[in-house]
Amino acid sequence: MSDYRIQGATGEWEVVIGLEVHAQVTSNAKLFSGASTAFGAEPNTQVSLVDAAMPGMLPVPNRECIRQAVRTGMAIEAQINKYSRFDRKNYFYADLPQGYQISQLYHPIVGEGQLTIEADEKAGIPEDKVIGIERIHVEQDAGKLMHDQHPTMSYVDLNRCGVALMEIVSRPDMRSPAEAGAYVRKLRTILRYVGSCDGNMEEGSMRADVNVSVRRPGPISDENPFGTRTETKNVNSVRFVMQVIEHEANRQVDLIEDGGTVVQETRLFDPNSGTTRSMRSKEDAHDYRYFPDPDLLPLELEDSFLDECRASLPELPDAKRARYIDELGLSDYNASVLTAEVETFARFETLLAETAKRLGKDEKTVATQVANWSLSVAPGVMKSLGDEADPSHATAEAQAEILRMQDAGEISGGQAKEIYEIVLRTGRDPAEIADTEGLKQQSDTGAIEAVIDEVLAANADKVEEYRGGKDKLFGFFVGQTMKAMQGKANPAVVNQVLKAKLG
Amino acid sequence: MTELTNLGVREIRDGVAQGDFTAREVAEAFNAAVEAASELNAFIVATPDKALEAADKVDADRAAGRELGAMAGVPIGMKDLFCTDGVQTTAASHILEGFVPRYESTVSQNLWDAGAGMLGKLNLDQFAMGSSNETSHFGNVVSPWRKSGGGNAGMSPGGSSGGSSAAVAARIAPAATGTDTGGSIRQPAAFTGICGIKPTYGRCSRWGVVAFASSLDQAGPMARSVGDCAIMLGAMAGFDAKDSTSLQMDVPDWAAGLSADLKGRKVGIPREYRMDGTDEAILESWEQGKNWLRDAGAEIVDISLPHTKYALPAYYIIAPAEASSNLARYDGVRYGLRDLPEGAGLQDMYAATREEGFGDEVKRRVLIGTYVLSAGFYDAYYNQAQKVRALVARDFERAWADCDVILAPTTPTASFPLGDKTDDPLAMYLNDVFAVPASLAGVPAMSVPAMLNGEGLPLGLQIVGKPFDEQGVLNAGLAIEQRAGFEAKPETWW
Repeated sequence: MSDYRIQGATGEWEVVIGLEVHAQVTSNAKLFSGASTAFGAEPNTQVSLVDAAMPGMLPVPNRECIRQAVRTGMAIEAQINKYSRFDRKNYFYADLPQGYQISQLYHPIVGEGQLTIEADEKAGIPEDKVIGIERIHVEQDAGKLMHDQHPTMSYVDLNRCGVALMEIVSRPDMRSPAEAGAYVRKLRTILRYVGSCDGNMEEGSMRADVNVSVRRPGPISDENPFGTRTETKNVNSVRFVMQVIEHEANRQVDLIEDGGTVVQETRLFDPNSGTTRSMRSKEDAHDYRYFPDPDLLPLELEDSFLDECRASLPELPDAKRARYIDELGLSDYNASVLTAEVETFARFETLLAETAKRLGKDEKTVATQVANWSLSVAPGVMKSLGDEADPSHATAEAQAEILRMQDAGEISGGQAKEIYEIVLRTGRDPAEIADTEGLKQQSDTGAIEAVIDEVLAANADKVEEYRGGKDKLFGFFVGQTMKAMQGKANPAVVNQVLKAKLG
Repeated sequence: MTELTNLGVREIRDGVAQGDFTAREVAEAFNAAVEAASELNAFIVATPDKALEAADKVDADRAAGRELGAMAGVPIGMKDLFCTDGVQTTAASHILEGFVPRYESTVSQNLWDAGAGMLGKLNLDQFAMGSSNETSHFGNVVSPWRKSGGGNAGMSPGGSSGGSSAAVAARIAPAATGTDTGGSIRQPAAFTGICGIKPTYGRCSRWGVVAFASSLDQAGPMARSVGDCAIMLGAMAGFDAKDSTSLQMDVPDWAAGLSADLKGRKVGIPREYRMDGTDEAILESWEQGKNWLRDAGAEIVDISLPHTKYALPAYYIIAPAEASSNLARYDGVRYGLRDLPEGAGLQDMYAATREEGFGDEVKRRVLIGTYVLSAGFYDAYYNQAQKVRALVARDFERAWADCDVILAPTTPTASFPLGDKTDDPLAMYLNDVFAVPASLAGVPAMSVPAMLNGEGLPLGLQIVGKPFDEQGVLNAGLAIEQRAGFEAKPETWW
């Protein structure tokens, strides 16, 4: 249970949050037309006759969009409705050529599902929490109005018009901004794993309508029901979603405590001030006159199609994370970070396979080493180089070779970093760098013994002290030896020889 | 040249193929007839060059020995609800006046591909909403028929395909396309003594046809014989991936399958179609129809379609509901009329554009449709009407256990004088009382001329068939046609 509370003048308040996330379906073509969906094209260059709602034009469902919605539903363990239907949502606006949006009100393609947000003590999420998802339906996006192009006129860009969206509707199961943030992040991760949405919030590929209400803490009952909610539209980052909730919850508490009542209404978020303002109240709400789209037959999905969708699903985040912990022996933290982004785990798994191959060991044995390299060493080097690094040189082969040399004792941890720096700058071969740049450590016992003999001879007094019981001096001898060898001696061999000599 | 304009589709096609005359001669003859018949107001625009162009191509193909299409050399009228590339397409409305599509409807393209040519775009009721062709922004069409003893009073050619029916009856086109949402092919065919068939919903693609009510709209041919309808329907029909409701079925060769031998066939007579207010002459023609079909070998059986009386009210909820949404795209933003009063905002522009651009009947239906879909009324009207629609369809399904086709009047009365019903929308709507059930059920139905009434006006008989059984409908129509011997044609007064 979240213990997030708004401290009001009259006591504590609990926040209740539900999210409707609009996710643009990854597809080359629009939901009902063949027009392209690429982002950033010249205005009105990706508009078919259907998108422009020319007379007599008809929508034809794009199978790929349907497939992506079904796969997404499967990824949130939802019921897939083999029978669904498209409805028209009627309203007039200049960015909506048909005068209606084709959506799914009565029979959505995906029913009840859920996802789990992970425990995060620091964020006030003490344990894993399951968030219910009521439904996913597919619908058309609208076009875009531009008000800043002409002094007296507004321009319309229909490129986005008709692009397929999934509307993913959560249950009002979240109780804090952190939970809502975690939900959006987790949903985004799942969508990106599945490949049904690129999750790019800046480009508007994912945006959320945030429903917020407040109530007194305690079980839901007739005496203590849900409060009246407001809906803040089109919020396009996780941070903003959390800001909206915080602002709305406090605003509602202030309002109620001042004797007012919360009005069910649609609100807009102003990112500059971090506040929300009223857009329209329920009284002026549109009557959308939903009815089944008579241009489209009901969508009936065959078992073979569902089987194909299911077979095409990748390993999903929760399963992958569990496997990293249980089978690879990674820490919870490392497993979480490595599985959060598609690119991260993809790089990790490639490097893991390559490293295991080069070391001739199984993946589990090298997993922790590769995870540490991937999460801390490699990003550290990359960051320190800044613009000097060419990320295309960060191949799995080069990194695996460095890890192999390190594992074999040929190079030290410090040398590994130095070699990787050169790799990132130049793309040169790591083994060649180690050779030509003298970045190898000395493991030859004979050479080390000679240096140690010199060190011990030069510090006879300290040897005396050590033998007299001053164990701490061991480190001193190691240090002197390493210094004499410019840090290139294999520490394990140094230790071993020193121990033998000091007996 | 007048001889050529008396010819039908098959006669023209075969005559051209045999070299009796050229396609160009045919096109010229009809172009002249169209020009001479401007008083009928059947065409919104004539396209004589298009007709000649198509004819020349057919003549050249023939000269080169190339295979000729099913409609080769036949110039036809195109209802102005079909979008035609480069030719103004208005749906007889002001809001689309001057609109020139850059695309061709699937059905019209199919016809051109089959060798047909276009005489022009035919007048109709605005957005196909009307039963008398009096709601057109471009003025009403006048039927070529006149009531005996009625003087010069103009008669209605029916609607919404009134330009089509008038043109074919007046022999200024051998055939024309129509569309039928709730009788818009059959009723005007009946009023003007010609044939017209509305095929099974989905047979003809709706792509590129200005939508009225999507779940009901269906294109079909109008011509002066059953055989001509069969040929032309074959050219129009076919699966179209651009229309999700298009039937994914092969198109049979209906013309080749025509047979007036109805032995072993059962013809159902629905008792609910015997309604108050139906003309005696209509009932008489119905009796005649039974005799003709019996004579053709069919067995006549009484059947019941119990929900018939609810069909018309349900239709006048469903069709306007869909229309109110389908017509939302005419908003002045992208094409067609835009009325932007000084200082007006977006909402003002919508209001002004639609106020000026739509006629009264269109506005009436948009308002009805908006009302029945509104929150609080949706269940009582739209949902209820959908249930009725399902029951009407079930009536037909049950009837097929007892019969193969159904015979009924097409309309409750013959044509009426223009202006007679314009102030009484309900009386006007009643024109389609016999036509609407087949539309709601999506089954094929056609009207064939039976006889003239006492006032010298044509009466039609309607044949309704099973889904996909256009052949059964056409065959029964042929049996009637052969026995009715309907040879009457309107005196040329224009």
